[in-house]
Amino acid sequence: MADIKVEKKKGWKDLPACDYLEAGSAAAFETGDWRSEKPVWIPENCIQCLFCWVYCPDSSVIVKDGQMTGFDYKHCKGCGICATECPGKKGNKAIKMEAEKK
Amino acid sequence: MPEKKNLKAKTGNEAMAEAMRQINPDVVAAYPITPATEIVQIFSQFVADGLVNTEFVAVESEHSALSACIGASAAGARAMTGTSSQGLALMYEMMYIAAGLRLPIVIAEVNRALSAPINIHGDQSDTMGARDSGFLQIYCENSQEAYDSMIQAVRICEHPDVLLPATVSTDGFIISHCMEAIEMLPDEQVKEFVGSYKPKNWLLDVDHPFTLGAIDLQDYYFEHKRQEIEAMRKATKVIKEIGKEFGQKFGRSYDMIETYKLEDAEAAIVVLGSTAGTAKVVIDEMRKQGKKIGMLKIRVFRPFPFDDIREALKNVKVVGVMDRHDGYNGYVPPVCSEVRSCLYELDKKPKIASYVYGLGGRDITVEMITDIYQELLSGKTDTNTKYIGVRE
Ligand code: SF4
Ligand code: SF4
Repeated sequence: MADIKVEKKKGWKDLPACDYLEAGSAAAFETGDWRSEKPVWIPENCIQCLFCWVYCPDSSVIVKDGQMTGFDYKHCKGCGICATECPGKKGNKAIKMEAEKK
Repeated sequence: MPEKKNLKAKTGNEAMAEAMRQINPDVVAAYPITPATEIVQIFSQFVADGLVNTEFVAVESEHSALSACIGASAAGARAMTGTSSQGLALMYEMMYIAAGLRLPIVIAEVNRALSAPINIHGDQSDTMGARDSGFLQIYCENSQEAYDSMIQAVRICEHPDVLLPATVSTDGFIISHCMEAIEMLPDEQVKEFVGSYKPKNWLLDVDHPFTLGAIDLQDYYFEHKRQEIEAMRKATKVIKEIGKEFGQKFGRSYDMIETYKLEDAEAAIVVLGSTAGTAKVVIDEMRKQGKKIGMLKIRVFRPFPFDDIREALKNVKVVGVMDRHDGYNGYVPPVCSEVRSCLYELDKKPKIASYVYGLGGRDITVEMITDIYQELLSGKTDTNTKYIGVRE
């Protein structure tokens, strides 16, 4: 993951003209700070099916060496799709949604 | 004056189409509308005959025409279109987008009254409705100016300090369909003058992907608009430079305004478009009788040439501003409103009279303009807008 930059808002003289944005720049910024709920992983219920990784619309499930290892909370929006899709073990979900405490 | 070369008989529409042929844009997307239809119709013939390399996109509306130009321009193409009246009105939504995305698209525009009631003849209500869109606006007195201004507009719009779109307009039928002798430039000289379009960022540049037109809320919109405001301010200098360069190369110089016998004038009118030509005839006649009168023609209305107007009118006693559109603010029409606003800065302000004329193509005659000058010279003007040639 790229280092997270703190967004420094430029003045009109320094901003690139005409609403020009570099491609793929979301990786460099924290875009999940408005989340109201967050997914919490329960490893003992995880069967490593990677459904969560497939379904996450924001590429916020961190997979290392083919294994689910947790969430990228800088970018996760808390949509809950991963929790809905997670089959878990014997009916016990490996992802549950919790209220975000600010 | 140097001898005129390569004179050709052309209507305003033909002159604009010929300019477009010589500019050879990458993309033209258009939908027909009287009286501008001919411009793109003639141009489509040039495409069919292989005289240009342009991709011609026949679309289902003017909204789509400008949308296609916006897409093409953002992709990196030099894009142009042509339209009139309701066609321009249907483009209004996209005009703000072209300007806001800083895309240098040129529209060959023929001024025609807006409906309702339906009318196909010339007045300036269509472009006046787009005066806050962020487009540069050039109004032409005749076919020669239309031809020359189209060529200059490409350079002006694409200038890195500007990057804004423009309308170049002629008065419907009066210029668009009248045959005049114009001096055309050789193809290669136009090609050299306009050069090729080299955008800094273009969407088809796959090695440098970027996003254009993303949502821009409270935190950035204002900064981007401030840039657009600055571009409009800087355009004045660029328009002057390019108008001068055109003159040095081809013998016809252009500026934001043109003055006619204003130096010692006590009374002057301010006018846009073809009526300036009629006014010159009146001025010559009345000057023979010793009347000190002159004229200021606003060639570029956006950006508004406030400095030049103030300088040109500072010694005139009374100014009549002629609008070919009312503006419906219940007070004073747009050109008069802006002229008056910029003259307010003067310590010694001229008296201002407001005239609306020629709506829906109603003729404006030598006699009518003579009457206006006589009223201005009589000192009996008041602040009420007068409607020239309307039946009471
Ligand atoms: S809550 Fe939504 S965004 Fe966050 S990890 Fe799950 S699927 Fe992805
Ligand atoms: S969907 Fe649930 S069980 Fe499957 S890998 Fe993700 S957390 Fe583990």
